[in-house]
Amino acid sequence: MMLRIRNLSASVDGKPILRGLELDVCAGEVHAIMGPNGSGKSTFAQVLAGRDTYHVVADELSFQGRDLRQMPPEIRAREGIFLAFQYPVEIPGVSNLYFLRAAVNAVRAHRGLPELDAVDFMSRARDEAKSLGMDDAMLKRSLNEGFSGGEKKRNEILQMKLLEPRLAILDESDSGLDIDALRIVADGINTMRSVDRAIIVVTHYQRLLNYVVPDRVHVLIGGRIIRSGSKELAMELEEKGYGWLEEQAAAERSEYKPGAKRKRDSAQPQENPQPSRKVS
Amino acid sequence: MVRDPKTIDMLTRDYPYGFVTEIEEDSVPAGLSEDIIRAISSKKNEPDWMLEWRLRAYRQWLTLKEPTWANVHYGPIDYQAIRYYSAPKQRGDGPKSLAEVDPELLRTYERLGIPLAERELLAGVAVDAVFDSVSVATTFRDKLEQLGIYFCSFSEAVQKYPDLVQKYLGSVVPYSDNFFATLNSAVFSDGSFAYIPKGVRCPLELSTYFRINASETGQFERTLIIADEGSYVSYLEGCTAPMRDRNQLHAAVVELVALDDAEIRYATVQNWYPGDNEGRGGIYNFVTKRGKCQGVNSKISWTQVETGSAITWKYPGCILMGDNSTGAFYSVAVTNNYQQADTGTKMIHIGKNTRSTIVSKGISAGHGQNSYRGMVKVLKSAENARNYSQCDSLLIGDKCGAHTFPYLEVKNSTARVEHEASISKIGDDQIFYCQQRGLSAEDAVSTIINGFCKQALQELPMEFAVEARKLLGVSLEGSVG
Repeated sequence: MMLRIRNLSASVDGKPILRGLELDVCAGEVHAIMGPNGSGKSTFAQVLAGRDTYHVVADELSFQGRDLRQMPPEIRAREGIFLAFQYPVEIPGVSNLYFLRAAVNAVRAHRGLPELDAVDFMSRARDEAKSLGMDDAMLKRSLNEGFSGGEKKRNEILQMKLLEPRLAILDESDSGLDIDALRIVADGINTMRSVDRAIIVVTHYQRLLNYVVPDRVHVLIGGRIIRSGSKELAMELEEKGYGWLEEQAAAERSEYKPGAKRKRDSAQPQENPQPSRKVS
Repeated sequence: MVRDPKTIDMLTRDYPYGFVTEIEEDSVPAGLSEDIIRAISSKKNEPDWMLEWRLRAYRQWLTLKEPTWANVHYGPIDYQAIRYYSAPKQRGDGPKSLAEVDPELLRTYERLGIPLAERELLAGVAVDAVFDSVSVATTFRDKLEQLGIYFCSFSEAVQKYPDLVQKYLGSVVPYSDNFFATLNSAVFSDGSFAYIPKGVRCPLELSTYFRINASETGQFERTLIIADEGSYVSYLEGCTAPMRDRNQLHAAVVELVALDDAEIRYATVQNWYPGDNEGRGGIYNFVTKRGKCQGVNSKISWTQVETGSAITWKYPGCILMGDNSTGAFYSVAVTNNYQQADTGTKMIHIGKNTRSTIVSKGISAGHGQNSYRGMVKVLKSAENARNYSQCDSLLIGDKCGAHTFPYLEVKNSTARVEHEASISKIGDDQIFYCQQRGLSAEDAVSTIINGFCKQALQELPMEFAVEARKLLGVSLEGSVG
């Protein structure tokens, strides 16, 4: 199991966002996380990457058998977790190429590999950029500064390709893209599919999933995964919207009793002595 | 905006240059009087004209009041408690070559990373090393002399090139200029002197390395660089001092003169002891630096990376007299912990078609206070003058401050003056983004800062740009985490 999540809750300033999320992801799989606005999709992506804005509690949050909670964000990144940001950050004066090389070399050093020299790196970066329809000038510009929305998204995919992560989390990499750009981004993601890599695609819409076909689809509503299924589930959502599932989720929540142990938990000894769930 | 408290707590810094060299010093008693000035002058065996100049400055200084307009705060300085001259004791007449320099001094410079041994030819830098009040060694002199370039200590220039010194000393910063410059004119002990003859392009970077070692001592160096017609020189100064818990005064004067078609590039990497993280000790760096573009088509640029000192008060400026002359000021000023900086430039446009560029990057962290103060003055005679100023401030944490004080005085309607300013904060989101790509928090901050300073850093000579980047990293180490 590459990623194992049990009863994950996350809150910010006391406001709960994720409430008991459960998910298993194996190497070689592509999972899609879908859900309406405000359901906690981006929070989930940020929590996996180690953003410390959130207060995180879980029974288990492990990546390749190691407890993620013990790892600061840069170690998670070096261990192979990559997050393509929904809103990539601008860093003025730092060239895209310089930043990419620093990132790649930080990851390589962690894996005991020698640094890539500037020339080797340059030619690799150029090739990958070309495959994403980005020209050389974009590599030389300041990181994300003055990039259009579409350029930023492509740049995230470029970074993913160069960093070769074990787990890639793509947070709305499709939003704001026209159809041609969407195809390019989707192709970029598809070339990353491999037996030793897992990909989590976070999206509102089904349209990206026409190009990047998922092995599993999960619906996140109210901070929990309330339904999982095969790729057909995405089609069903496209047709029916999220409303019917939201109602169902609300009904489940009202049945849920604070402090009560869930069935699965009671079957095994609890390792975490702290209350593992924030109740809303 | 960085909110994380652990982040802001980590505001400590190590100052690797804080050691003291155990060496016997020859000094004058503390205090300031005509007798002390006579004593300094006689120790240096100066001609009468030099002594007279010092005494005129001293008498002027007695009538001046310490300026209070700068946006810095410090307790009163007792000028009678300072020792105005301190020099490593010399055996006999002083060293004629590096082999005769006290090995303890050579070791000091080696620890500071300043190679005085000339075998370091590959470095391509000629160094004048000033230790407390005197110059202890100047490298590559023979090579430079073959080209007619004089590069030596100021004291030596007074003896060997009195005509040049008399002609240009005080021609850019007169002895009556301001409180600290006037004090310097009275008591200055040593510094560097460089003269580049007509049409010569100086093949080496000239460099002076200033080191304060003795306690309770002020350092008052004076540097004079003259670039004759059509010549070019690039010059760099570096500064460090031991860690002491009392403040020490450093009041230097630098004068640059560029004649027709000459160019001087002057770079400073200032890393005087900044005080500890509670604000105890550190150097008061009260410096007057000015260049005069005297000739047509002449160019002077100031590039400074200011990371040290408890208080910095300096405004390297250019007087653009010659038609078509160009002045530039590129500055990176960092204040961390309790450091205060009030720094900027003055560009005085007098000649026709004169141009000036100002790029100032201020970084404040901890409780640091950073002020940019810049004056652009276009006189009536300056037809078609152009100025572009850009002042950017970056804040790290929420206890520091950035301030901008631009002064514009334009008396010619053909002038074009542009001023841009910005203030930004290093965001948690920027740091997280870098971390998510595998960079540590410290590397993230140093990457963001280097990006912010890029326009100024790229003006430094290459070998020093690398140094300066490292220095920025060290200065801000732990300010974000």
